[in-house]
Amino acid sequence: MSARTDTPARQQAGQPSTLDALRAVRRSRWRRGLLVTAALGLLALGLCVVTLVVGSFRLSLAEVFGSVTHLVDDPAVDFIVRELRLPVAVSALCVGAALGASGTIFQQLLRNPLASPDFVGVSAGASVAAVAGIVLFNASSLTTCLLALGGAVAGSLLMYVLAWRDGVSGYRFILIGIGVAATFEGITGYLLTRATVFDAREAIHWLTGTVGRADDAQQYTLAAALVVLLPVAVALQRQLRLLELGDDTARGLGGRTELAKVGLIALAVLLIALATAAAGPIAFVALVAGPLAQRLLGPAAGGVLPAALVGAALLLGADLVATQLLPVALPTGVVTGALGAPYLVWLLATANREGQGG
Amino acid sequence: MSTDSARRAPLLGAGLAGLLVLVVVLAFLSLTQGSRDIAFGDAMHALLTLQSGDTMDGTVTLELRVPRTILGVVVGAALGLSGAVLQGVTRNPLADPGIMGINAGAALFVVVAIAWLGITDVQGYVWFGMAGALVATVIVYTIASLGREGATPVKLALAGVAVTAGFGSVTSAVMVTRTDVLDQIRFWQVGSLAGRYEPVVLGVAPFLAVGIIAALACGRTLNGLALGEDSARGLGIDVRRARWATFAVVTLLAGASTAACGPIVFVGLVIPHLARFVCGPDYRWILPYSLALGPVVLLLADVVGRVVARPGEVQVGVLLCVLGAPAFIAVVRWGRLAEL
Repeated sequence: MSARTDTPARQQAGQPSTLDALRAVRRSRWRRGLLVTAALGLLALGLCVVTLVVGSFRLSLAEVFGSVTHLVDDPAVDFIVRELRLPVAVSALCVGAALGASGTIFQQLLRNPLASPDFVGVSAGASVAAVAGIVLFNASSLTTCLLALGGAVAGSLLMYVLAWRDGVSGYRFILIGIGVAATFEGITGYLLTRATVFDAREAIHWLTGTVGRADDAQQYTLAAALVVLLPVAVALQRQLRLLELGDDTARGLGGRTELAKVGLIALAVLLIALATAAAGPIAFVALVAGPLAQRLLGPAAGGVLPAALVGAALLLGADLVATQLLPVALPTGVVTGALGAPYLVWLLATANREGQGG
Repeated sequence: MSTDSARRAPLLGAGLAGLLVLVVVLAFLSLTQGSRDIAFGDAMHALLTLQSGDTMDGTVTLELRVPRTILGVVVGAALGLSGAVLQGVTRNPLADPGIMGINAGAALFVVVAIAWLGITDVQGYVWFGMAGALVATVIVYTIASLGREGATPVKLALAGVAVTAGFGSVTSAVMVTRTDVLDQIRFWQVGSLAGRYEPVVLGVAPFLAVGIIAALACGRTLNGLALGEDSARGLGIDVRRARWATFAVVTLLAGASTAACGPIVFVGLVIPHLARFVCGPDYRWILPYSLALGPVVLLLADVVGRVVARPGEVQVGVLLCVLGAPAFIAVVRWGRLAEL
């Protein structure tokens, strides 16, 4: 491939330098990865700006910029930007990123595209705790949030303990996750029938998932967690790639697989739990972000960061659709669920070799 | 396999007969137990004479418990069979009417019926549930058939998940905006045998009867499909047609059941595994065993649900989730599930 070689041994043997070709490929992959990540970052940022500008009261870019940076003081603009729109934009950005990162870690760890946290009981655990809070104790939004966090962590611990048998295998983990989720969903349904209509409506609203509901403290917590956890996740990517080869190979290569798995699952669970606590169980972003990022990256290895950015962009876009384009303002989760369906159909229609995965 | 089956046939036959006796016993329990204690004699009197005798006990027996018990038997059989057929045709141990989008389709249509057509009682929306189940199944099957290799098990599961998500989000959009709809559907959605009067039972019974008979006739086809597509073709089975036909049977069974009782999960998933555990891989035995085990589980759960929370009751769908899921998890842990 490349004519320029600087390994004399290879040259002498008269072969094209494999090492150099490998390097070139790796370099081009790295470049593509960087390019895609940067583009996704810009896209998410752009959607943030759109979220700040559009609405029932349209603002100019200059006004938004002035208000966000505290350069211009205009009480009316400041109220709209800082009190109403900025929280939504920040929340969508953080929640989307957390969902995307968490989803892709789950999927890579368990080697199954269906192993998203929405399927395997984490969201269901959060839901049952939050709905119990709303229905039984009339919990405030902060308490609901904490309950959801606890429920998600408890649900995933339960799942992990149940799925453990000389290690955790992907297939068993998913099956058990489905079982755990079903138990929780049954209890959630029962709680809904016992509630007053008012409480039930609030619970359903929570269950659909919506951004921009979390207060400042919750958002700061989520943002801080992302700042700490995302780099850790990126650093653990080497372990992820090792695990992708399968347990035995990874063990052979010296990876401490179970320890790495526990760490990564804990990371992913923490991210999804925080996101769910802040916005409710938003469907499909976690499922879709990883594979979408993978497609954009092409042969470059799937990273946590691109998936997080795809998640953020998806959620920002979905929230814009939910609040601006639809005739009635709806929870964000309605739109992500509706978007997720065509995505899966597209996945089915285009990828005919993934049929063996299961 | 066939000689082994032949040797075990008397034993399996006896087991089946025992199960059917158990169904009858549970049906009597279902008639006499509940939030209201009715003496066995009074219930029998009402049943034999078909007259309520102008007593509350007689009225409760005839108008509430009889339809409820019949529904429990028929729907239990239908759900058990639909799970067995679906798992056979998709060769997927996780296949379950819920996963295939049937519940989501029924729920969406019921929501639409309540929200825009002003239909408020179960008798009215049975038909919409049926139609929704049918539409969802057709969409799922069509999506899964895209591409060269046709409707493979994995593609069917993914398509089911996709349709469930799409329909589910429209359903929740309606529920969030319309409190009156939410108030009705939240009771339908947990799955229950309570409050289904004669018209509901009579409405779905013909569909279920046809479906049950058709499902019982699928044994040989499913045995063929279990060997894989190529072997099935070698046995002279038209795979494409067999898939369509069995799928139609599943829709009939699961659609009518869901329409009448709401989405009852786990019966369709777990019963075939129990049956397979007892009779091995031969679908000519799995199907009748599923037929008998379904009502056993459903009636038992329904009676327990009525007794544990007196004077109220826990819906059978909830009870099955709360008890069925741990049972399922136990089966997964023992590692007997992956074999099909």
